[in-house]
Amino acid sequence: MTVGLALEIALAAVVLSVAVWTVAARDTFAAVGGFVAYGLLLTLVWMRLGAPDVALTEAAIGSGLTGAMLLAASARLRASEAAVAAERPGGIVRGLAALLSVVVAAALVASVLFLPDPAPTLAPAAAENAAATTLGNPVTNVLMAFRAMDTMLEKVVVLLALVGVWSLAPDRFWGGRPGPRHEADPNGVLAFLARLLPPVGIVVGIYILWVSADLPGGAFQGGAILAAMWLLVMMAGLTDAPQVSGRSLRLLLLAGPVVFLLVGLGGLALGEAFLAYPVAYAKPLILAIEFAMLLTIAVTLGLLVAGPPERESGS
Amino acid sequence: MKLVLDIMTVVAVSAGAFFFLAGTVGLLRFPDALTRLHALTKADNLGLGLVVLGLLPQAGSLRDGFKLVCVWLLVLIAGATVSQLIAYAARRDGPVP
Repeated sequence: MTVGLALEIALAAVVLSVAVWTVAARDTFAAVGGFVAYGLLLTLVWMRLGAPDVALTEAAIGSGLTGAMLLAASARLRASEAAVAAERPGGIVRGLAALLSVVVAAALVASVLFLPDPAPTLAPAAAENAAATTLGNPVTNVLMAFRAMDTMLEKVVVLLALVGVWSLAPDRFWGGRPGPRHEADPNGVLAFLARLLPPVGIVVGIYILWVSADLPGGAFQGGAILAAMWLLVMMAGLTDAPQVSGRSLRLLLLAGPVVFLLVGLGGLALGEAFLAYPVAYAKPLILAIEFAMLLTIAVTLGLLVAGPPERESGS
Repeated sequence: MKLVLDIMTVVAVSAGAFFFLAGTVGLLRFPDALTRLHALTKADNLGLGLVVLGLLPQAGSLRDGFKLVCVWLLVLIAGATVSQLIAYAARRDGPVP
């Protein structure tokens, strides 16, 4: 048995045990801790599978930002947690829940076991036409050129999720600022970190977008890092969350999808099809879309974690 | 020359792994939040520092080595800040049974 294989078996065993532990944990906060650890371990699994793009996304979004959102949710639920834990649902409800879980698990198992062998793939076609965009990273090629439509719709979905979060706000706070005003010692460690880290984080976030042309990276991963820097500054009390009714904020939220749509419509007007890039301008067009998307993703993810508006716009 | 570098890697990474092991044992065995934090920071600072030191001779270029050192520095900053915050919260909320 090689060292690599032993490592993979150990990794798979740890991932499965952390997953079981996360589901079984009674305490919400502990379960969230388990979920974050699970996400980071999954990152290692993706690396072992040779998918660094997916690994980056898993670490930034799956583990980092989702973990932060779940932490905020568990803090909100803490007051009512004991009451909820004391309630035991009836036998029929539990039976139905168990049945549903078994059916879903069985469907997943069946779909994995009955995959055709070899699995249908478009990878050779994508690799053959990679030269058309002058991008070296096949994942970016697929996301930004061959399946650009999916990527555009994905951005719209994230925007809709943000509207969903905002719609949880009470009417009187609509258009106000999300979450509580964070107070921290202006000379404390958190404020120190919030001054020290963002310059580094902003450079890394933009770098991850820039290298995605040839190496693993992308707008989503870079945007997640920028969002984290913004959240850090907000949590340290160095700046307040913006009013969600602000015009410049709304423009930033729309920048990515709007630029994407304009380029797409331009392809329709000048070229062959919606989102068809003229080959000579493929790279600059993709870069323009990606930078607009980076801003939109950073603002959207930051506001998703910040939560629904909870304060009057003035306070 | 390559042998010397390889030996240095093995020694430093093993020492780093030892600190991670000791830190984990401390995390599991120590009685309260502050002492557990003390154990944890050893793994973060010294353990990762030694692993990075051991990997430096294997880095392909100066740039890769610089990236490794940056990773260590970022973890140092993050680890130091978070342990301060956890310690502050632990002191404010009193001893956890």
